[in-house]
Amino acid sequence: MVDIWSGITQAFWLVLTLDAELFEIAGRSLYVTLTALAIACLISLPLAALIAVKRFRARRLVIAVLNALMGLPPVVVGLIVYVILSRSGPLGVLGVLFTPAAMIIAQVIIIVPLITSIAHQSIRDLWQEYHDLLISLNVTQSQKIRTLLWDSRRALLTAALAGFGRGIGEVGAIMIVGGNIDHATRVLTTAIALETGKGEFALALALGFVLIGLAVAVNLAIHWLGQTEREGRW
Amino acid sequence: MKHLFSGAIAAFVMANAAQAADVMRMAVTTSFNNSGLADVLLPEIAKDLNLDVQLLVVGTGQAIKLGEAGDVDAILVHSRSAEEAFVEGGYGSHRTEIMYNDFVFIGPKDDPAGIQDAEAATAALAAISNAQASFVSRGDDSGTHKKELSLWAEAGLDVAGFGGWYNAVGAGMGAALNTASGMPAYIMSDRASWLNFGNKGELALLYAGDPVLFNQYAYLPVNSEMHDHVKNDLALKLEGWLTSDRAKALINNYKINGETLFVFNAKEAE
Amino acid sequence: MELFPMKACAIESRRRGQQLVGPIDLTLEGQGATVVIGPNGAGKTTFLQLLHGTARLSAGRIDWACSTEEARHHQAFVFQRPVMLRRTVLENLSYPLRLRGVSKAKAEERARDWASRVGLAQLVTRAATVLSGGEQQKLALARALICDPKLLFLDEPCAALDGRAMREIETILQEAKAAGTRLILSTHDLGQARRLADDVLFLLGGRLHEAAPAEAFFNGPETPQARAFLRGDIVE
Repeated sequence: MVDIWSGITQAFWLVLTLDAELFEIAGRSLYVTLTALAIACLISLPLAALIAVKRFRARRLVIAVLNALMGLPPVVVGLIVYVILSRSGPLGVLGVLFTPAAMIIAQVIIIVPLITSIAHQSIRDLWQEYHDLLISLNVTQSQKIRTLLWDSRRALLTAALAGFGRGIGEVGAIMIVGGNIDHATRVLTTAIALETGKGEFALALALGFVLIGLAVAVNLAIHWLGQTEREGRW
Repeated sequence: MKHLFSGAIAAFVMANAAQAADVMRMAVTTSFNNSGLADVLLPEIAKDLNLDVQLLVVGTGQAIKLGEAGDVDAILVHSRSAEEAFVEGGYGSHRTEIMYNDFVFIGPKDDPAGIQDAEAATAALAAISNAQASFVSRGDDSGTHKKELSLWAEAGLDVAGFGGWYNAVGAGMGAALNTASGMPAYIMSDRASWLNFGNKGELALLYAGDPVLFNQYAYLPVNSEMHDHVKNDLALKLEGWLTSDRAKALINNYKINGETLFVFNAKEAE
Repeated sequence: MELFPMKACAIESRRRGQQLVGPIDLTLEGQGATVVIGPNGAGKTTFLQLLHGTARLSAGRIDWACSTEEARHHQAFVFQRPVMLRRTVLENLSYPLRLRGVSKAKAEERARDWASRVGLAQLVTRAATVLSGGEQQKLALARALICDPKLLFLDEPCAALDGRAMREIETILQEAKAAGTRLILSTHDLGQARRLADDVLFLLGGRLHEAAPAEAFFNGPETPQARAFLRGDIVE
């Protein structure tokens, strides 16, 4: 209990005094996860729409694989990305290992299955609802996908937020591919792991509370954006 | 979309290359990093050499792997046999001894196995084994873990035959200390990690001083013949600094709670 | 562009070995309202979908006076249960126009015009999904008519509506017919059939039992099944 209380006060002071190091790693956490989220959405949402509306032979297999990948331990993703990006690996020449880019790549791989699966379910439901109308209107494939994506945007936002949550709180993969290098690849979660390892529970907890606060703030911000849109339009 | 993705990578590669002139990567062990010495040395290195040393804090096993893969430019570890194999395999150009610290035995304050007055490190371990007192082992193939195993062997004891009191946790020094603190249990730690550890709880330093517990750190630049992208020139520049009188003064004067942690023993680079 | 005459030749629809519709031969000319009547399960919905081209023909062929693709472009379909896009009334109305590349401003102008024509002017900014059943069907009808189709299919458009909504829908349909839109409408409401039909197609068990001008059909149907249906008996 003592640790939790001192963690809360320490978090409070870190934020209040605008601790430079805290803001650096919190900013890097946001940068890495939001970038990964943006890239993941560009991959996931069209993919989800495609498997919702298109009948192809491997469709069931793709869905099963995506659902299975949702539970993939991040540390395994980290290891695979490490092996690929290592200087001795196939993409070693890029030299991105132990940079934020490597962390972004790992997080994209981790959150794409999650976002795709959630998005697919809501798009599929909407497609059942819209099917007769869109077929009658003789829409093209791309018009169909754009309509479904746009009209299920609230559900897609939820999918994206789930992806953000999984990304921002993830430590196993980015520890391996980022290396937790001070001032280069250290983010909130790896800093928490580090401070825990040092037995500095209060500081680790403080960082944890900052992480929670950050996640809540991002969620609120996005919901607030959705809210204003709803009021403006409907 | 593909363009955006590869564009993002390219941007990072370039950003990386832009500052590459004075950045190198060194894999170090957790025990070195936990000591806090790095926080003293790195700013001085940055000042003296205009060199930004990025530390990858990992176990000795992973540090060696990173060096073998060419993902770092140098390693600073403490496991002599692994280091020699690393050089023999051609992964490192050479091995330079820098400094040593020592391992200590930590345990519950009331010392149920009575190791406080042991005559030697091996005798202390034998006492723990006889008392079947809880013991936490790193169990992660790190330098510290290897050292601990060799001490059990010297004491004539077989780790494989130990009962439930012997806990190989497969974790870093800090996590292992957290476990020992929670049980509470005996554990072997490097002095620096122990002194900096913030969750001591019911634990206390019970035994130290046997020369067999000295822990030699060595610096190994990654062989540029093996990996032509490694920054061998920077690694050598750093080696020159680490073996200099300036490093000697900083290392020998580094204290926690008034206790000296490291003893500089490098030979001046020729 | 002329769609008619349309010739359907031995068209059939089978699903899992079961005969749903056909074989049916039929020629349709280009004016008025054709009402498809018959009991539930007679295959009316599938029959309309076959003509519209959204259900696959298991056999037979349909020939329009123009290409099938062009014919399709000039058709629209209104469903028994209206499909509402999760958008505002205005956006639902402008959607088919936007699909056809009409600019946003133009599409919205026409959407507003149609909204007031069907009595939804006050509701343009509301979400379509929260409208009443009658309002939704009027919206669906306006959305179908907004691209000026030459042929409009309606599948039991008033099946779930109260009298007032039905009257409003029928008024809109009479106006559309007067403006030259060809109507093909299915219903099992004989009153509606009498009010709207110029021609009647009587469907039973997937077969076309009788095709006749409305007056002739209602005054003297030729087949005993049609007579029974008009009497209000149960027919199979």
